Amino acid sequence: MSWLTSYVRPKIRTLLGKREVPDDLWTQCDSCKQMIFSKELEKELNVCPHCGHHMRASVPDRLRWTFDDGQFTRIELPKAPVDPLGFRDQKRYSDRLKENRAKTHLDESLVVAHGRVGGQNAVVAVMAFEFLAGTMGAALGEGLVAAARLAVLQDAPLIVFTASGGARMQEGMISLMQMPRTTLAVQMVKDAGLPYIVVMTNPTTGGVTASFAMLGDIQIAEPNALIGFAGPRVIEQTVRETLPDGFQRSEYLLEHGMLDMVVKRPEMRERLGQLIGLLRERDAAKAA
Amino acid sequence: MRQFLDFEKPIAELESKIDELRRLSRPAASDGDPARGTDAPPAATGADASGYSIDEEVSRLSEKAEKQLRATYAKLTPWQKVQVARHSERPHALDYIRRLVTDYMPLAGDRSFSDDQAIVGGLGRFEGQPVVVIGTERGADLDTRLKHNFGMARPEGYRKAKRLVELAGRFGLPVLTFVDTPGAFPGIDAEARGQAEAIARSIEACLAAPVPILATIIGEGGSGGAVALASGDRVLMLEHSIYSVITPEACSSILWRDTSQASTAAEALRLTAQDLKGFGLIDEIVAEPVGGAHRDPNATIAAVGRAVAAALPALLALDPVALRLQRRDKYFAMGRQGLA
Ligand SMILES: [Zn+2]
Repeated sequence: MSWLTSYVRPKIRTLLGKREVPDDLWTQCDSCKQMIFSKELEKELNVCPHCGHHMRASVPDRLRWTFDDGQFTRIELPKAPVDPLGFRDQKRYSDRLKENRAKTHLDESLVVAHGRVGGQNAVVAVMAFEFLAGTMGAALGEGLVAAARLAVLQDAPLIVFTASGGARMQEGMISLMQMPRTTLAVQMVKDAGLPYIVVMTNPTTGGVTASFAMLGDIQIAEPNALIGFAGPRVIEQTVRETLPDGFQRSEYLLEHGMLDMVVKRPEMRERLGQLIGLLRERDAAKAA
Repeated sequence: MRQFLDFEKPIAELESKIDELRRLSRPAASDGDPARGTDAPPAATGADASGYSIDEEVSRLSEKAEKQLRATYAKLTPWQKVQVARHSERPHALDYIRRLVTDYMPLAGDRSFSDDQAIVGGLGRFEGQPVVVIGTERGADLDTRLKHNFGMARPEGYRKAKRLVELAGRFGLPVLTFVDTPGAFPGIDAEARGQAEAIARSIEACLAAPVPILATIIGEGGSGGAVALASGDRVLMLEHSIYSVITPEACSSILWRDTSQASTAAEALRLTAQDLKGFGLIDEIVAEPVGGAHRDPNATIAAVGRAVAAALPALLALDPVALRLQRRDKYFAMGRQGLA
């Protein structure tokens, strides 16, 4: 395989999940508007104890919840060109990037880590909606390619948590070309006979959905996540019809055959572990 | 009657003057063919009483119009290119298929729901070589535009494309695609039946194909709906075609919160063939006739045919493993080089 020769071992730095201390004692549920004691909400993995609404999850939280004992190793992702088009709308794109880096303490909209899930090795890539709406630019593409290579190198499944507003318009066609690039990354994992599992979280739309996010061997979604290609407003404007109830939500997609299952957040790690175990029983037997 | 774009007004005025003069110089009996400007037979009149030669004036104006056309098209702005790329008289996918592919046999259906006419395709021969050909078709008049849904495919279209690419793979046939679409159709039905998944699978099939995939952007390469058919080994673009992550109109309304900034957005998006070649995101630009593809569809189609014919042999010489590796390297290299 030619990519092995060109593969540069990622500089690995260990970063145990940092605890984020909530500033406020109370948090209001975006859905039922009830006040929740923040400590309790944290224990519930940001799921409202009153209505079951899955609130947004930060990248560090997601990694902690997904890996056994909250232990994982983050890998440094390759750098992509910054502001390749010199794009400027009402603001400079390079300034937007700086602001988002300062605000989120993330380099870009994807974080990749490896560790154990249900006792088995796994590579997990998490999209950061908090970083420019999780939009897909060159950095995300590079990150996913790195994640796929790491999975192949470690003989581990790749799990991707998606959350995206779609393309990174400020990178123009370079953004669009991440659709084939990420698809090729997924193909590397599949060619190596490894499971590729997608967990779609709220929201996952646009070019991300229309590429690596819909190519999973197993397609999972969190409850009530918005998932689609076109955004609901664009559709409404085009067809001038009222959208059906629950349109483009996880349960709607499950009903329409686009998902394998909808899994609640507290059950996610266990379910992922079970899936990997079943899919890799043969490999484990061979290795033994 | 030719359709003129706003920025072609001065040229339109000159050409209508020329037509007028030609009509004047011809006997009344032959006024049945006022349409084709420069193609009209030379009028056989000499100088009139005042010594003023209509012939001379026609040729002077023709020269001027030609010069102006050349000058205008040599430096089209990105927004002007968007309009040229969407010109209603520009040749469409089916025009290319009809002229470049002999023994064309359309194939239909996605085998699970319907036959989406926004994406057409089938078997045929290109320069004698059996091929699978696929195109997004916009339609040429009201009836055909409705039939082809203005080139906006639903999941069935992308699933048909995927099926045809896989068919090509099974029988070792290269795939030629002709891309011209505003984008995938944003509709309730399309979403219900998995628009995103259908596009993703079409991209996946193209990238996994053991046969050459040669894509040509002939008009508008609209976002995911275009990538679905353009994830190829070689991607050609016509000189005034565009390829973009989002329409300038939508980009304007999202990033500028103002629909009137489409021209600014078109510039910022770097969606022209020339920009994209510079970034190494496409492989080759095919020159258009002076004044754009719509001025001479046949010459345009022939030029695309020559470019495709020139690109194909090197790809056909590769075995499937080498072809897939080369394809992967090509896409992985994108964004890592050639950037300003
Ligand atoms: Zn609630």
